[in-house]
Amino acid sequence: MILGKVLGTVVTTISHPHFDHRRLLVVQPLVCEGEESDGDFIAVDHTHAGIGDTVLVNREGNGARQVLNLPDGCIISVIIGIVDSVDLKD
Amino acid sequence: MLFGRVHGTAVCTVKIPDIQGIKLLIVQPLNKQLEPIGTLQVAADVVQAGVGDLCVMVRSREAALAMPDITFVPVDLALVGIVDELDVRPHGDFDLTLKPGRTQFT
Repeated sequence: MILGKVLGTVVTTISHPHFDHRRLLVVQPLVCEGEESDGDFIAVDHTHAGIGDTVLVNREGNGARQVLNLPDGCIISVIIGIVDSVDLKD
Repeated sequence: MLFGRVHGTAVCTVKIPDIQGIKLLIVQPLNKQLEPIGTLQVAADVVQAGVGDLCVMVRSREAALAMPDITFVPVDLALVGIVDELDVRPHGDFDLTLKPGRTQFT
């Protein structure tokens, strides 16, 4: 799982049936200061997150299938939590 | 899952029988600002996308699971949605770094 920031929304009217009635959000992973950020990606929303929210994202298919209750789902990244606070030691 | 722009089609007459009937498209993976990442790749299409369309793509095992009938196929990139609207905040709108100490987000 990673921490990321929601930066945008994606609307797809024509999509695979597994994506029906699901929101797609653009997520950018958070990094420590001075580190190079990984690339952004698209995730399915499962927690009603919005633009600007810091979120917890599962980037693994089996977890996504379990969370979304789709045994053969073709979804990899799912937002599974909205982060309230982070306490990071030096 | 990532963005991709369809640049063309690929046709294979000789191929694994399980992927017969599946359209193959040449796509350019893109980042959130729709700038190209890496080289052109081939994706299996399940949403009838066309050249020029901006799409949502899925990689790895989940790409094979997106296939309509047989899902145990050698496919590692699939188009699973056609983007109609995209609203992405510009770079610099949000702080994307984790700082030492306690950070309250909400």
